[in-house]
Amino acid sequence: MFPAAFDYRAPTTLDEALSILTQHGDAAKVMAGGQSLIPLLKLRFASPELVVDIGRLPALNTIKRDDGYVTIGALARHVDVERSKELATSAPMMIEAAHWIADPLVRNRGTVVGSVCHADPAGDWGSVMLAYGADLVARSQTGERVLHADGFFEGPFTTTLRPDEVMTEIRIPVRKGRSGGAYLKLERKVGDFATVAVAVQVELDGNKIASAGIGLTAVGPHNLKATEAEKFLHGKEPSDEVIAEAARLAAGAAEPKDDLRGSAAYKKDVVRVFVQRGLRTAIGRAREVRA
Amino acid sequence: MKVSLKVNGAERSGDVEPRVLLVDFLRTNLRLTGTHIGCDTSSCGACTVLIDGEPVKSCTVLAVQATGRSISTVEGLAQGGNLSPVQVGFHEEHGLQCGFCTPGMMLVGTALLERNPNPSEDDIRWAISGNICRCTGYMNIVKAIKHAAAMRDASQAAPQESHAAAAAGGE
Repeated sequence: MFPAAFDYRAPTTLDEALSILTQHGDAAKVMAGGQSLIPLLKLRFASPELVVDIGRLPALNTIKRDDGYVTIGALARHVDVERSKELATSAPMMIEAAHWIADPLVRNRGTVVGSVCHADPAGDWGSVMLAYGADLVARSQTGERVLHADGFFEGPFTTTLRPDEVMTEIRIPVRKGRSGGAYLKLERKVGDFATVAVAVQVELDGNKIASAGIGLTAVGPHNLKATEAEKFLHGKEPSDEVIAEAARLAAGAAEPKDDLRGSAAYKKDVVRVFVQRGLRTAIGRAREVRA
Repeated sequence: MKVSLKVNGAERSGDVEPRVLLVDFLRTNLRLTGTHIGCDTSSCGACTVLIDGEPVKSCTVLAVQATGRSISTVEGLAQGGNLSPVQVGFHEEHGLQCGFCTPGMMLVGTALLERNPNPSEDDIRWAISGNICRCTGYMNIVKAIKHAAAMRDASQAAPQESHAAAAAGGE
């Protein structure tokens, strides 16, 4: 299978890339690792006139700690997350999620930021970003916009990123207190899209939950934030009853559809079970952290 | 559009449309047909090659993306008539039946042993989890990669032994 013909540019500076995007607007498509875009091109679900390969831009493949954040550069691949010593301490849930993404070969090329921009409703990183409350940094010739993960996803494969923008990095807040996370995924086999997956991140203040983030994968038109469940957990001691109620609320936020991976009712119940398990795991991990 | 890259150590180039996939460039332009096209949808791993030592699915890489990079294909595994340790492993342990997935499996195994010279069975199974085999049930593929690991180990412990040449060929 070949994609429809397109022009190809591989800029070597970000300014050049942004200038090309300003000129070509919607006719151009940005490619990083290409692990989502190339299949779309081959199936001719997408036929851009121009592919702008940002894979040769310098200094975007980094994962580094900044003040209060860990930043994931636009060219950091899933495998870079898996092997990152920085993330093992500052955002370990990312490493847990990375293991579930596609397969090892795809992880050697696909990027975190590319996957977030691709906005597949069954993509894993969107839920991780929602659970962490990440900031998404978009650059264009007119400047920089910092977008919050919450509100970024508008629908299947649709986000608030503009055609003239490149997402240059993602900033994940690193909490000073005791925090923990978990990523749970049900898939039929390695490399399959999620039937359901759930990202959970909690921060504790003493015995109470200071904040909770819950992202849901493959149960709606885009990655969903279980806002009601998060609000319910705020300030509460995480008893079994509290966790069960939060899981029930999160399942209520899911809008799955019947498909070959399972019925809507089944998927909703998997959300409930996964959020319950995820909260227990995340809270357990947070308690192990020495503040 | 001009593509220049290194394939199995040799500088190669060609003139292709941007939409040409790396696997087609290797097979059609360079006549290296050891890299197979299986599913053509990034699912099966038959098209696996190494880019700068890392296994990727060449049906999901544009040839133009590989410009300036170093590609290893199955044709590059044997050196000077000596099979690489992974190739010997597949031979000794009968790690193939129809052989269609074998180039991809061997390249994944080769890359794994470079990173992790003594992989556990679990490590091997995870490493090949993006490559589908419809014949063997994977048992002998896992054994083959283990065999190669043991061979490399033995040759490093006693470099004068006869395996040394083959082991060196895999690097």
